[in-house]
Amino acid sequence: MAEPPTPSAPPPAPDSGVEPVIEVRDLVAHYGARRILNEVNLTVMPGEIMVIMGASGSGKSTLLRHLLGLRRPTSGTVRVLGKDINRIPARQMHALRRSMGVAFQGGALFGSMTVGENVCLPLREHTKLDENTMRIMSRMKLEVVNLGGFEDLMPSELSGGMTKRAALARAIIMDPRLLFFDEPSAGLDPIAAAELDDLILRLRQAMNMTIVVVTHELVSAFKIADRITVIDEGEILMTGTVEEVRASDNERVQNLLHRRPRDELVDADDYLRRLTR
Amino acid sequence: MTVRALRRFVEGLGRRTLRGVEEFGYVAALFAETLYWLVLGRRRLQPVRPAAVLREAMHIGIQAIPIVSVLCLAVGVMLAIQGIETLKTFGAQSKVVIGIALSVTREFSPLIVSILVAGRSGSAITARIGTMQESQEIDALRVIGINPVRYLGAPMLLAMLAMVPALTVLGDVMGILGGGLYTGLELHVPLAVYAERALAALHVDDIRQGLIKSVVFAAIIALVGVSNGFQVRGGAEGVGRATTRSVVLSISFIVLADMIFTYFLNR
Repeated sequence: MAEPPTPSAPPPAPDSGVEPVIEVRDLVAHYGARRILNEVNLTVMPGEIMVIMGASGSGKSTLLRHLLGLRRPTSGTVRVLGKDINRIPARQMHALRRSMGVAFQGGALFGSMTVGENVCLPLREHTKLDENTMRIMSRMKLEVVNLGGFEDLMPSELSGGMTKRAALARAIIMDPRLLFFDEPSAGLDPIAAAELDDLILRLRQAMNMTIVVVTHELVSAFKIADRITVIDEGEILMTGTVEEVRASDNERVQNLLHRRPRDELVDADDYLRRLTR
Repeated sequence: MTVRALRRFVEGLGRRTLRGVEEFGYVAALFAETLYWLVLGRRRLQPVRPAAVLREAMHIGIQAIPIVSVLCLAVGVMLAIQGIETLKTFGAQSKVVIGIALSVTREFSPLIVSILVAGRSGSAITARIGTMQESQEIDALRVIGINPVRYLGAPMLLAMLAMVPALTVLGDVMGILGGGLYTGLELHVPLAVYAERALAALHVDDIRQGLIKSVVFAAIIALVGVSNGFQVRGGAEGVGRATTRSVVLSISFIVLADMIFTYFLNR
């Protein structure tokens, strides 16, 4: 397999004065009375691959939903491409969505449409292109994700890895500036997962996109990330380059890296109280 | 102990009432949003697509034609049997035509058609939207910039509003025909004579009454179906629960609304 390509120029540093693509400030989120995100801060710079890494239940998926504008925060701001997505009018949000692509964990392809129609859908809704042009464009994107010739299949006929790649093709059909990818390697065999990692790196180089990947897979995170944000129990533990994360002396970060179970400090009294409540 | 039980009962009642009010508000908001997209969608560059409405109309209406025909025919025969038996007591069996024509158009056809559509299509709507909710397809629509109510809800409501009254008209014809077939066999009335008498007995108001009801029932089925679909939580089991709930609620609301409408339309 070919060496994964490296970007021609490194993305600008967070404090370089360049406007960030995503800027999250003091984000607090609740599900009912339960606090899921606690004062989360996050900055993603143009052209970088930011991996949000955490165990399941850490709040990373909730954070993603806030970045996508699918949930409203209790407090705090989320700025995407310079716009506060919880304050802008619906029309502007609609326009902003054209610059954002999302590949969901399970693919979220529409079961009643063929793969090609799925990939075309954003074009159909946002542009006035004729059928032929749309078909050619969707074929192009399917070629990019190595799914050339699969456009007439139904999503149910695809394997797990193919579904994720088809979802990726749909996410990039509008040539977005910002791509979100939820758990690219979850549920895939190691080879399919590695292929997807290479694809993400290739995409960044070819299309100069900013990419946010949410994952719990360490191997994948270390391979693709420019910077990693480690999230645990709704708090950002640290944000840094792969080396910085590896070298971190934060115990919870190290626990995650070395797949150590969380320290369970069992207080006997508290334990009894919980049981007899 | 009894105080505690009583308190729990009152608390439960309060919670359920609150949830009911909340859900009613949700359905009302959904209805308003659907109307918004139907009227202003084109200006917002998000039109409700005629192709989607047609596709729904096929599922809800065209494919239901055989079963609606059979059921309404059966209801017509049943009404004729009962009517002739009852009217025999007064020696007035020939008046059965009036009874069949009026009860089919005013009551049975809209009711049978709506209950059938609730079971057939209301459940399908909930299951489809619910499954899409669970597989993040609704989220995918939203991030693509497609409003799910505009894309899924509005075509379903529009198709329902068109097809349930249309099926009701079909049901009217089949119900009266069914009555005619049995009456012909039992009382030896030729079908042409029966049809003439049935038409003479019917006023435009009778048909209109049935159609007004069917429009209301259509809105109930669509709104209950769509709202239950969007509120699905908890995987396949959640989809199943929501589907059952959708059918039970639709049919209950249809029967209740029927009672209320019949009262007001006949005074």
